[in-house]
Amino acid sequence: MTLLSFFRRTPRVSSAQTAKERLQILLAHERQDRSGPDYLPLLQKEILEVIRKYIQVPGEKVEVKLQRGAEMSTLEIDIELPGAQALNSKRNIPSPAFAR
Amino acid sequence: MAKIIVVTSGKGGVGKTTSTAALGAGLAMRGKKTVVIDFDVGLRNLDMIMGCERRVVFDFINVIQGEAKLHQALIKDRRLENLSILPTSQTRDKDALTREGVEKVLNELRNDFDYIICDSPAGIERGAHLAMYFADEAVVVTNPEVSSVRDSDRVLGLLSSKTRRAEKGEEPVKPHLLLTRYDPARVAKGDMMKVEDVLEILSIPLLGIIPESPTVLKASNIGTPVVFDKTSNAGAAYADAVSRLMGEQIEMRVLGPERRGFLQRLLWRTA
Repeated sequence: MTLLSFFRRTPRVSSAQTAKERLQILLAHERQDRSGPDYLPLLQKEILEVIRKYIQVPGEKVEVKLQRGAEMSTLEIDIELPGAQALNSKRNIPSPAFAR
Repeated sequence: MAKIIVVTSGKGGVGKTTSTAALGAGLAMRGKKTVVIDFDVGLRNLDMIMGCERRVVFDFINVIQGEAKLHQALIKDRRLENLSILPTSQTRDKDALTREGVEKVLNELRNDFDYIICDSPAGIERGAHLAMYFADEAVVVTNPEVSSVRDSDRVLGLLSSKTRRAEKGEEPVKPHLLLTRYDPARVAKGDMMKVEDVLEILSIPLLGIIPESPTVLKASNIGTPVVFDKTSNAGAAYADAVSRLMGEQIEMRVLGPERRGFLQRLLWRTA
């Protein structure tokens, strides 16, 4: 840090400014959402139904994340599929408990 | 034919009841026949702020349920002959409030008063919904703080969709922003949102800016609406808001908290 940069510190953004910006972004989204039904639970249900046609996925292994931004928003759907081990262990008959 | 005004906010503790009392008393001082109605069933409080809590016999719910006549439940203010209070019930649950009942009472009051001020409970449940349902205008009480502004925005959405005017496709409920607990010193430091910030976000006309003031608590302590104290900044700001509510064009003032002069401070200390 040079002596000059000490005097040229960039002005700190005030908390009031942050408050205003947070509200503007949030309310822009909330106003839009208000006009339609809450679609996220429905979306999650339908996506799960499609996937279940092919793979068995328990309901709790699905995570829906929404990140609202000023420029764009991202919807992240994370579905944990059963791994190879889990699939194999299901096929082992008799189950390991009886295989002694 | 009375104008029905709802005082609402979504968020609790922002000053709805204080504002209802101050605007109601202010209108009565200006010669308007005014009635203030408490819609917060189960949590009666307007009576205390108005200073008539010991005169409550019958209430709004008694009238709705036909147990008392409207004139029996209305309490005439002792200071202002144009002012009446319709207290709510403290014992009943909020389901006792029905749309038909509210409509009947409002229709009866409409012929006798110039202004009907409905003090909404916090939240967006039944009481809040019915307080705004029949309104012609709305005073949205907001603090310059994120959760209050957000809730006000939500309430504005409800005013434009869940009211009689909206459902009948009539002219929408006219909203007014009343910014309360405003502290110019904190705004100057950048620790509180400016009036302009809140206005830009909510984009509704500004009715008034009420400064954070110790007078408000003192007024509620003694049960006197804060407009009676003309020397206080909060009282003066409410008086301005009343004029604007009556349609007058007056300049917007940003008043600070009361500052005592040196001599006053000295006297106050020794007092």
